[in-house]
Formats: sequence, C-alpha cells, structure tokens
Amino acid sequence: MQEHDLSFVRVEMALAQSAPPSERGLGAWIRKNLIASTGDTILTIIGIVLVAMILPQVINWAFISAQWTGTDRTVCATVAQGGIQPDGWSGACWAFVNAKFGQFMFGRYPIDERWRPILVAILFVALLVPLLIPKVPRKGLNAILLFGALPVVAFILLVGGIFGLPLVETSLWGGLLVTLSLSFVGIAVSLPVGIVLALGRRSKMPIVKMLCIIFIETVRGIPLITVLFFASVMLPLFLPAGVSFDKFLRALIGVSLFAAAYMAEVIRGGLQAIPRGQYEGADSLGLGYWQKMGLIVMPQALKLVIPGIVNTFIGMFKDTSLVIVISMFDLLGVVKQNFSDANWATAQTARSGLVFAAFVFWLFCFGMSRYSMFTERRLDTGHKR
Amino acid sequence: MKHIAIGILGAAALGLVASAASAATLDDVKAKGFIQCGVSTGLAGFSAPDDKGDWQGIDADFCRAVAAAVFGDGTKVKFTPLSAKERFTALQSGEVDILSRNTTWTINRDTALGLNFVGVTYYDGQGFMINAKKLPGVNSALQLSGAAVCVQSGTTTELNLADYFKSNKMEYNPVVFEKLEEVNAAYDAGRCDVYTTDQSGLYGIRLTLGSPADHVVLPEIISKEPLGPAVRQGDDQWYHIVKWTYFALLQAEELGITKANVEEMKTSDNPEIKRVLGQEPDTKIGTDLGVSNDWVVNIVKAVGNYGEMFERNVGSGSPLKIARGINALWTKGGLQYAPPIR
Repeated sequence: MQEHDLSFVRVEMALAQSAPPSERGLGAWIRKNLIASTGDTILTIIGIVLVAMILPQVINWAFISAQWTGTDRTVCATVAQGGIQPDGWSGACWAFVNAKFGQFMFGRYPIDERWRPILVAILFVALLVPLLIPKVPRKGLNAILLFGALPVVAFILLVGGIFGLPLVETSLWGGLLVTLSLSFVGIAVSLPVGIVLALGRRSKMPIVKMLCIIFIETVRGIPLITVLFFASVMLPLFLPAGVSFDKFLRALIGVSLFAAAYMAEVIRGGLQAIPRGQYEGADSLGLGYWQKMGLIVMPQALKLVIPGIVNTFIGMFKDTSLVIVISMFDLLGVVKQNFSDANWATAQTARSGLVFAAFVFWLFCFGMSRYSMFTERRLDTGHKR
Repeated sequence: MKHIAIGILGAAALGLVASAASAATLDDVKAKGFIQCGVSTGLAGFSAPDDKGDWQGIDADFCRAVAAAVFGDGTKVKFTPLSAKERFTALQSGEVDILSRNTTWTINRDTALGLNFVGVTYYDGQGFMINAKKLPGVNSALQLSGAAVCVQSGTTTELNLADYFKSNKMEYNPVVFEKLEEVNAAYDAGRCDVYTTDQSGLYGIRLTLGSPADHVVLPEIISKEPLGPAVRQGDDQWYHIVKWTYFALLQAEELGITKANVEEMKTSDNPEIKRVLGQEPDTKIGTDLGVSNDWVVNIVKAVGNYGEMFERNVGSGSPLKIARGINALWTKGGLQYAPPIR
C-alpha cells in the first residue's frame, strides 16, 4: 500500500488554461491559415490581388451600375448604342430580367392563369418543408400527400380542362415551371424505380436479372439528347396522322427512365458495400426477401450512397435543359429564347440573362447539396471518423 | 441492320403518305378553331417572344393574317416553336398547319421534302458587316481583299464566303467558330474586320455590339435566301388560301389600304379597291377561295398590309431598322409582286 502524502503526486486536477496569446484570435488564425510558410504567403498575396482586381468590377457591374427597371433596350444601352446611358457604361441589365420575369418562371403560360402554377408552388413548399425538417411529426402522411396527392392536384391545376379550369396545353409551359416539374417527377420516379432495378440486377432469377441488365445498359448506353430527339423528330412519322403524344410527356418519360437507370447503378454500389454477414444475419432471423431488404440491407445501403443519389438528382436537375432540343423551353431555354427579342437586344442582355439563370440553378443545386450533407450527418451513426 | 433501316424508311414514307392523303386542312383548322403555326425558336424581327410571351415578327404576323382570312380573327393562332431540325417533320406529320419559320425556298424542299412554298415574305441573302473604324473608306464587299472574316463553321455561309472571294480573286483570312455567340464575341472584340451571315441577322447582331454606330452593313448580297411560309403538299385549297393571303398583303399595300383606313376604303370609288375588299355585288372571290368575301378586310385589320408588317417588325418601327431594299413593292423597285386579285 502506498500513502497519499507523497509530495510528487498531484491529487487535484490542474485548472484548464487558455491557449497562449500567440495561438489565439485573429492574428493566430491569419498566421496559421494565410502566412504559415513562404509559399502560403505568396499564394495569399496572389489571391488577395486577384480578388481586389475582380470583385470591385463584379460588384459595380451587378449592383452599382446595374439597371433595375425599364421598358425596352434604351435603359441598358449607351448613347452610342442608341440608349440613354453615358458612353463607357457597363452594368447588368436586370430590367430585362424584370420585364421577362413572368416568362422565365412560367414560359408562355397564359397570364390570367398563372395563379395556378403559383398555387402549386405554394402547396409544394408547404408539403416539402415539413418533410425535410426531421422534428416535424407525421412523416408518413406528409410523404403520401407530397408524392401521392400533390402530383394529382398539380396535374389538375396545371393542365386544367376540368372543374371549370381552362385547358393549358403543355406546349405553353416553360421556364422554371418546366425545370421543376421535370426534375420533381424525375426524382420521385427514379428513386423507387432505381431501387427495384438495382435489386433486380442482383436478383438470382435469371429473367428478371437479364431484363434489368438490358434496361440499365441500354439506357446508359444512349445519350439522353438522342432519346429526346428521336421521340420528337422520328416518333411523329411512325404514328398515324393526328395522333400525337404530348411532347412534355415524352420528355417526362425520357428523363425519368434515364434517371432511374443511373440511380439503379448508384444503389447497386451501396448494396455491394453491405457485408455478406448482414444478409446472412437477416436470413438466420428468418426474414423473407422483402423484409431482409427493407429492414436490414436497404437502410444501410441507401445511407452509404446519399452523396451518389444527390449527385444524380443534381445532374438530372441540370440535364432538364436538354429538352431544348425538342423545342421545350426550360429556364435556360426561355432565357436564351428572349435574347432574340429586338426590343431588348443590347450588349448586356445576354450576360445578364445568363447570370440570372446561373444564379437560379445554383440556388437549387446548392440547396440540394447542403441538405444532403445535413442528412448524411444526421444518419451517420457509428461510422464517425 | 440494312433491313431495319429499310423498315424505318418505309414506315417514314408511309407516315408521309398518310399525312399527305389526309387533305382538307381547312376543315381540320375550322373544326379545331385555330391555326397551328410553326415558328422559329427565336429570331429577332421574324418570330421572337415579347415581354408578355406573345410571338412577334413577320413570320408570326403572317400566321395571324391567315387566321384573319379563315376566321376573321387574327388571334386564332397557336404557335409552335420549332428547331431547324424539327421543322419539316412537324409540317409533314401534321403537327403544324403552316411552317412560317424563316425557311429558305429551295427545289429540294419544294419537291423531295413534300413542302409547298407559297411565296417569299422576305428576300434575304448572305451579307457582310464591317467595322467602319477599322476599315475606313470601305463601302463595297469588293474592297475586302485581305480582310479577316468571322464566320460560323459548318454552314452554307462558310461555303458561300469561300466561293465569293475565290470568284472575285480576292484573298481573305477566315476566323471560324462553332457557335454563333462565339462569332459575335470575337467580332465585337475586334478579332476580325468583317462579319458574314444572313443580312437580316446582321442587323440584329449589330444591336448587341459595344458600339453599333461604328458598324456598317455592306450592300452586297452574295447568296439567295428567299424566306417564306410553306404548307404540306397535296392540299391545294389550303395552299391557295395561304398563298393568296400573302398576295393580299402585297395587294393591300399597292392599293394603299392600311390598318387605319381599311374601313373608309370599303366605300372607295376605285373599282379595284372595291373588288379586293369584297365590296362588289355578287362577288365570289372570297368564297371561291374557301373563306368569306371580306377576307382582305379581315387580314388588313389584323396585321395591316405587307409594308406595315415589314416596318413594324424589322423596319423603321423596330430597333432593327432594316431598309426595304429588294423587299419593296415592284412599283418601288423591289421584288414583291402580287398577281391581280380578280
């Protein structure tokens, strides 16, 4: 037994001390992150110079010199260009975006009927936001409403033709309306179909397996643009005169099938990462195939491939711009189409329109990617490194 | 593989025959209550969306004129924007009733492709635009020897350019780009002295340049690009309605009938005006065509005469400011000429 009064043994904890001044505060942060070595310092200086060179011009173009309101090209053109701005002026023509905003959102959807897509958007947000916030209860009901009821309501509202709503043909749809409805349907269809295809490809039943492989490899082997083009240019020649599928429907089917094939491969990657023991464990518990997959394998596999799934979603969201080859005008298509309006033809119009389109696309893609990171962290139980 | 290809071609041919056989476009149009009009996906002055999303331009107005002739109401048109690749299929398959999409009239399209062009609503041709500050004193394309010329690759424009310079024994330095936007940017940045494309397009491009006033469109036209509306082959009645709508627009301008004075002109003493406006007793001009006898009145009320249509969309009333040139009436030294309406 040893005694406790030995002077070199400390019995109480030493008080935590704050870091030395040289390791604290802004100065330390700068030293560590910006000027830690000669190389770092040089890079920092180059970076600061670049930002100082570019940023003021960007801010000046996008905000200070920008024109926000106006009725035609004169507000965005210099005197020499036939406008009212002083010579040498260069600024964003947000007046163009402002004047065309309704078209950028809804395409040629009749102005009197635009409350319908707005109402659908409000319903969509009202159902989507609670589903995305983990704390809000009744996820099941919420999901049924969003993926079951909303598409029906949205279809009736947007297309019309019943309940006294005037019919609005899909050829009049455009802008963000097309981008969002294509990607929402694509996302909602591709995930379940992709799961089924991935399971089918790993199935032991030869016919199911072969059909799934044929579908996935065929679809992945053809560019989306080819399928859209074929559906738009060749299909009408084969159909009897007067019979025509709705173009929007063709695009919808094409985009959904494509996303599903890619999604299937992403999910198959997740399935392959699940150790054999998990399958065997489920079997030994006496679970059937669907119970095994639904309760044991899929939850783990899907969690693993969240980055890949979101990657596919974002890719698809941006791929919707390809529908321009079949003369459907998504957000980018409508923006570019309006460059041809001679009333707004100036040196700044194209730049401003494209910056606006890029900003809207970035908003949606950034939102998706941040939410996926949040979900990954929330579901990351037990794998933290 | 060969068999499949033949099968596809056969099916395509059958499709063509089937749509050609289903004549009586007029009955179809009257049954559905509107005309389906194929336009471009956006070309300044010809068919481009305005702030409200309505299609404006010569091509769009021409369809309104046909609607006015058929229904007495120029608004009974639905527009289908078509890409250059889709346009002929859309007309052949019956997706559109008229193709009014700045399409060049060629023999191949008029015969093998199954189209019938009704006339030339705009005589276009490949032209040159130069930067007058960089090439002072140049006022003809024949002075362009040694110039750097911006041109889009893979187009007939590029071939016409080569032919023109070769036949005039001039040297030039082509600056070739894949996309139209790149050509515009390169020309605006001064990488070349000359820009060549269809002349009507040059005016639109000039508006987007940094200093439009410095740039001059030269008078020479080095290729023929007669742009006009087309309909399907095999339906003479519809073909005549569309063709005579075009002639009526010209005739109205020749007789001085405008959107503003068409009502007064009805009571004019001039027998020709009375005949054209369907004011003669027992006239059968309109009904023989398959429309009402006051069809010309309806057309002019909807879109004005050809001259008004031109000035409003591409001429002095628009930012494009294209001069009438060869698109003037034959009485004013141009090529626009209508056979008599009688």
